Amino acid sequence: MTDGETTFVAAVTAALAKAMRADDRVIVLGEDVAEGGPYGATAGLADEFGRTRVLNTPISEGAVCGVAVGAAQAGLRPVVEIMFIDFITLALDQLVNQAAKAHFMSGGQLTAPLVLRTQGGAGSRSGAQHSQSLEAWLTHVPGLKVVMPSNAADAAGLLASAIDDPGPVVFVENNSLYFRREPAQPDSREPEPVPIGSARTVRRGGDLTIIATSRMVGEATQAAERLAGEGVQAEVIDPRTLVPLDIDTIAESVRRTGRAVIAHEAVTTGGFGAELSARIQEVAFDCLEAPIQRVGAPFEPVPVSPPLEDDYRPDAIDIHAAARIAIEWDWPEGRGG
Amino acid sequence: MQLDARAASELLATMWRIRCFEERVASLKRSRQVHGLIHLSIGGEGVAAAVCGQLRDDDAVYSGHRAHGHAIAKGAPLDRVMAELMGRVDGICAGLGGSMHLVDVEHGFLGATGVVGGNLPLALGNALAARVQGSDAVTVVFFGDGAVQAGHFHESVNLAALWELSLVFVCENNGFAEFTPRSAHTVVERVSDVVGPYGFERRTVDGGDVPAVYEAFGELLAAARQGRGPMLLECLTHRRRGHYEGDQQSYRDEAADAEWERLDPIARLRDDARGHGWLDDHAIGELERAARTEVDAAVEFARASPFPEPEAARRLVYAT
Repeated sequence: MTDGETTFVAAVTAALAKAMRADDRVIVLGEDVAEGGPYGATAGLADEFGRTRVLNTPISEGAVCGVAVGAAQAGLRPVVEIMFIDFITLALDQLVNQAAKAHFMSGGQLTAPLVLRTQGGAGSRSGAQHSQSLEAWLTHVPGLKVVMPSNAADAAGLLASAIDDPGPVVFVENNSLYFRREPAQPDSREPEPVPIGSARTVRRGGDLTIIATSRMVGEATQAAERLAGEGVQAEVIDPRTLVPLDIDTIAESVRRTGRAVIAHEAVTTGGFGAELSARIQEVAFDCLEAPIQRVGAPFEPVPVSPPLEDDYRPDAIDIHAAARIAIEWDWPEGRGG
Repeated sequence: MQLDARAASELLATMWRIRCFEERVASLKRSRQVHGLIHLSIGGEGVAAAVCGQLRDDDAVYSGHRAHGHAIAKGAPLDRVMAELMGRVDGICAGLGGSMHLVDVEHGFLGATGVVGGNLPLALGNALAARVQGSDAVTVVFFGDGAVQAGHFHESVNLAALWELSLVFVCENNGFAEFTPRSAHTVVERVSDVVGPYGFERRTVDGGDVPAVYEAFGELLAAARQGRGPMLLECLTHRRRGHYEGDQQSYRDEAADAEWERLDPIARLRDDARGHGWLDDHAIGELERAARTEVDAAVEFARASPFPEPEAARRLVYAT
């Protein structure tokens, strides 16, 4: 990696270190975090900040998440890591029943300013228990914010905002993005905060809107380039945070283009695309010129065999195909359009 | 620490406040003025009083679903707790928490939870924060014997021991997990035995023997404050009421009613206090009368308070 380059995972590490330097209340805890974790996301933090602020934990996701809740309520700013989002199942009681509701149920007396970092996504041949995309579950819980960055700069900026946030934020990373080389900001140690709840328009276009999350943002950009070669100008929007959702940016775009494709890596059924689709029709029904298209994984566990997993993972080809359906949509005879 | 006249009087006062409060709550539940699932701690007031009565405001307390007594003993005002149970805007949680989710940050009652065992890890987090912040505050977490079979309990016990946290686990072992006797849920009779391998300092006491609870907890608290790691106090208590108000208690042995006279912790402490010459009948009667007067006023306060506006709920989903 050259000076002008960074990676997603390096940006996460730098953002954590910056937050810990700026604020003694920030602590990091999780399995193997003092050793850097399997992807090196917390590498070097224990050396700089010591093991009272960078705490290795047993494989006890439920209790560890609850420790973060209690520490947050007592004035710390914990960043807890759940190594794979697949294991968030074990921490959901603490996240859903304690963290998300503490402020509400205490009539505003308690706050739980914690960040739960986790990562998921298919492609590593790790099988159905180490590859899932479960973010939609979390978006169903009032009180949680859900952040899903697609690149290094947003990861750094959103992590800074998540640590500053007065409530619980779930920060969902995708391991396929971790080691891609990306242009670094002028000083990668000083990431600019990215506000939670603000979408980014990645590419401008007037014919079609593609709303894509996490790894699918890059796939959407590739699909948009191919569409441009076919004379179709696609706009690509990355919501960056699922809760709260920047529906205004999405609505403005879809009302202008009249066509929408939603792309995420999670299974389509019950995925966040279902919510996006419903929200879009609420705000742009009168402008739609084609049914909203959804791109996601098939409704099956992630397979481990390489050709099966490659086939399972949604990609730019799937987005392109969905875009063509939206563009070529013909109203049935006798109906609007 | 040995009980003396002054401490005994304070404990009896707290126990009467809890008893009168909960008896009134039972009656208000029957007339549908108090809402939702209500779990009463009648029979266990001595544990709440003897534990919370020795804590500082900055010593945090967590509890479970049977939490009224713990909140009151830690200092939560009766009127605002009553208003909370009635869903009113002047409730301690602005009417948004209810019986199972009481919180009183000002007095260090950081919260009840409706999920059995759910607050155990939060107590660890509180104790961890105290260490990071350089405080000698001790965290106390109350739970029932039913929580001991939950995964969070075992994860928390392991982690508390590993990190040597200044935390006292207080188990109120009333022998029932909801409707089912302990013997049908586990083969381990004593909760203090469960934590044995982790090196906890631990005691099992008769939870109806208030001087014994007071003394045992006082010793564990002093040790925890010196940083000697987590402690466990198991109090064998008697749950006078059902699991919740309205529970038909078909599982209950009828002999329990006959035993109540012998088990009632207020009667036992009252007799102790008389025996030691700490309190005369007049002083004892005054404690009960004062509690009843305070509860009457709490009910009036709660009834006079309006229900919250719907906007209040929407505003508190996210902290700002």
